[in-house]
Amino acid sequence: MNFDFSDDQKFLRDEARKFLEAQCTMAQVREVLDDDSKSHNDGVWKKIVEMGWLGAAIPEEYGGLGLGMLELCVIAEELGRTLAPVPFGSSAYFFAEALKLAGSEEQKLALLPKVADGSVIGCIAVSEGPGETAAGNIATRLKDGSITGKKIPVTDGDIATHAIVLVKDGSSASLVIVDLNHSGVTRKSIKTLEPTRSHAVISFDGATADLLGEAGNGMPLLDQINDRAAVLLAFEQLGGASRCLEMANAYAKERVAFGRAIGGNQAIKHKLADMYVKNEVARSNAYYGAWALSSDAAELPEAAAAARVAASEAFWYASKENIQTHGGMGFTWEVDCHLFYRRAKLLAVQAGSPAVWKEKLVSALEAKND
Amino acid sequence: MDFNDTPEEAEFRAEAQAFLSQNLNAKTPGALRSGGREDFLARAKAWQKIKAEGGFAQITWPKEMGGRGGTVMQQVIWGQEEAKFDAPTGPFAIGLGMCVPTVIAFGSDEHKKKYVRKALMGEDVWCQLFSEPAAGSDVAGLKTKAVKDGDEWVINGQKVWTSGAHYSDYGILLVRTDPNVPKHKGLTMFIVDMKQQGVEVRPIHQASGGSEFNEVYFTDVRIPDSDRLGEPGMGWKVALVTLMNERLAVGGSPGPDWKEIMDYARSAGTLSNQAFRDKLADWYVAAQGYKLTKFRTQTALSRGETPGPENAIGKIINANHLQDICNSAIEMQDHFGIIVDKDEAPSDAIFQESFMWAPGLRIAGGTDEILKNIIAERVLGLPQDVRVDKEKTFAEMN
Ligand SMILES: Cc1cc2nc3c(=O)[nH]c(=O)nc-3n(C[C@H](O)[C@H](O)[C@H](O)COP(=O)(O)OP(=O)(O)OC[C@H]3O[C@@H](n4cnc5c(N)ncnc54)[C@H](O)[C@@H]3O)c2cc1C
Ligand SMILES: Cc1cc2nc3c(=O)[nH]c(=O)nc-3n(C[C@H](O)[C@H](O)[C@H](O)COP(=O)(O)OP(=O)(O)OC[C@H]3O[C@@H](n4cnc5c(N)ncnc54)[C@H](O)[C@@H]3O)c2cc1C
Repeated sequence: MNFDFSDDQKFLRDEARKFLEAQCTMAQVREVLDDDSKSHNDGVWKKIVEMGWLGAAIPEEYGGLGLGMLELCVIAEELGRTLAPVPFGSSAYFFAEALKLAGSEEQKLALLPKVADGSVIGCIAVSEGPGETAAGNIATRLKDGSITGKKIPVTDGDIATHAIVLVKDGSSASLVIVDLNHSGVTRKSIKTLEPTRSHAVISFDGATADLLGEAGNGMPLLDQINDRAAVLLAFEQLGGASRCLEMANAYAKERVAFGRAIGGNQAIKHKLADMYVKNEVARSNAYYGAWALSSDAAELPEAAAAARVAASEAFWYASKENIQTHGGMGFTWEVDCHLFYRRAKLLAVQAGSPAVWKEKLVSALEAKND
Repeated sequence: MDFNDTPEEAEFRAEAQAFLSQNLNAKTPGALRSGGREDFLARAKAWQKIKAEGGFAQITWPKEMGGRGGTVMQQVIWGQEEAKFDAPTGPFAIGLGMCVPTVIAFGSDEHKKKYVRKALMGEDVWCQLFSEPAAGSDVAGLKTKAVKDGDEWVINGQKVWTSGAHYSDYGILLVRTDPNVPKHKGLTMFIVDMKQQGVEVRPIHQASGGSEFNEVYFTDVRIPDSDRLGEPGMGWKVALVTLMNERLAVGGSPGPDWKEIMDYARSAGTLSNQAFRDKLADWYVAAQGYKLTKFRTQTALSRGETPGPENAIGKIINANHLQDICNSAIEMQDHFGIIVDKDEAPSDAIFQESFMWAPGLRIAGGTDEILKNIIAERVLGLPQDVRVDKEKTFAEMN
């Protein structure tokens, strides 16, 4: 057994951390936070593109680095730690992975090299209203190769060039690829809880659509795409949760009340110990997800769901208790705690809330154990 | 990243499986129960002997100590395979896992000759005599005293919660030899013969109904100075080695987990209940978190790294997890859940039995609160709790 990343992967992690600490500081995250006109930090994005990370898991024949899923997991954790305000996840975890999974040779050749070099930014458009999206409640329709309807919210939808869209197709659902710069697409930014990651409302009015995978196979395919993305999102969540613990720990040691560091009180110590335990549970589950993802294991559905449930819980707990540990300071705009609290919520509900993933997990266990 | 055995590991696993299936029966649901059967000790001794003769006892110990001279991974593989069988190992966990390693670390050649082999062969059972009525979490505050008299020490005092003392042959005993220094500095460790005069073992009736631990009274018990482990006053350092081994020895507890409660829910027709499914997901995540964190530790061990205080998380997760699952299983059974009669209670009453055992798990081997302090102080580097007795001598404080 070797349940750890390899030395090369750890080296990549160290390099990514150094790079992001220098190139993606909180000041750069805040440039997006404090400027409504900014969908992302373009300077940071360009540098990330130059690093080639978008193509980390894209095979060389499609213009990527051809490293692998474990390397992408490593990068995801580091992006999560720094709250990178860029459309990386939409393009690399969802769009590129969906193409790898179900794209035709032609689609892959046309789009994957451009995802890798940053000239295409992909996103995924599923939600149309409150609650889980299911085959029965999709209003956006595919007819004769074009789509009509409205998707809200679409993460990175205002800056993306292409979207994978879930549409009603006859009596079932399909996934289609839409070039967002073509006619029949209008987009408007929408305010969310998490301003450092942009969101849009996208309206389609007869926009040209290219089928991804088989017609009518949209829901099962979406599940497969989400299973893969879930592991990567879990690593981002884990990175964020780890940062929250580090911030709370540092503050607990330096802040003095009642004549000593607040971290000397068990109410704070045990809170941080709980954070540590939750983060370790999340880390172990995320590693298992990474293993399943990288080895195409049959266990991927339950591994991905467990990774996602554990990471959502860990990031939620760490981000809220990090604010609490910071007292009144934690409730200010200037202190970074709220940025993690915001990101934690976005990542927890993007691609299915914890309740959705718990149900997926139990369904998978049920199917395996009867 | 992989879970595959290397060719050597696979070979060892096959060897272990063959040996186990030759000598033991596969596990039955009833084996999940924590309580022992009447002949438990005799069966445990017999199995320990077979294991030792087969070369599968204490796999990482050096050959000259009767071990296999094997790797940590082999020990892990053995543990995984042995757990699939109805193996009576309980009575030896403390002795071979904690006490005898302390004897090996601090004992003389004489000690090693006299004690190690017999313990390994299942002839002698050992217990750990640390806790006292006034010294549990704060075990360094213990009062049982030893006074030097020629070549001997005279012991007077009381220990409590001593697991297995009623069937133990020897124990490692932590006592106070100098009250006029701060508490940690006045302790000394001894080997004690449990069958000698002046040692009185009184079983404690546990909340769970059984009697697995005891009070042990020492009245003018004489221990030769040659049975001292470490220098006088060095007892705390010796005890830390025992307790470090405890972190490795105390691991998974036998008890129902997500799979058992899921099976029960299916049979009861409540698996479709949404509130239940929500909890089941959490239990699976916690169980995986525990299991996979152990895999990460094992990976580190196999690279020769030493496990640190972060191992405390295993026991925190596991004990609370067990308590929670049993509680829910009982509530799912509604009024019927109160029944412990095995002929009537679902699943052989494993949920009810473990429900009564779980509170002890959260206390034994370090309480939840102490383990959280350990994580906060030693892993996260937060300030130590206020220690009002730190600078004072034991005598001044008592
Ligand atoms: C929305 C809002 C409105 C406010 N309005 C007012 C106002 O109108 N007037 C006013 O005077 N103040 C006001 N305050 C300030 C508020 O009373 C303080 O923020 C609060 O008392 C905490 O103090 P602190 O921020 O210095 O945190 P700290 O005291 O530094 O606490 C930091 C963390 O340490 C913990 N901690 C501290 N000491 C201990 C201990 N002994 N044991 C265990 N844990 C401990 C705290 O619980 C907290 O989690 C307001 C604060 C907020 C957030
Ligand atoms: C099933 C079982 C088997 C055992 N077997 C053995 C054995 O074989 N040998 C042996 O020597 N001992 C054994 N013990 C004893 C065990 O180690 C002690 O019970 C344990 O260390 C707690 O000590 P205590 O019972 O004196 O509780 P206390 O230390 O009195 O604790 C009472 C409560 O106070 C809390 N507390 C104490 N100090 C602090 C602190 N600083 N901060 C916050 N909270 C605190 C504790 O967490 C607990 O909740 C066993 C116990 C059990 C339950």
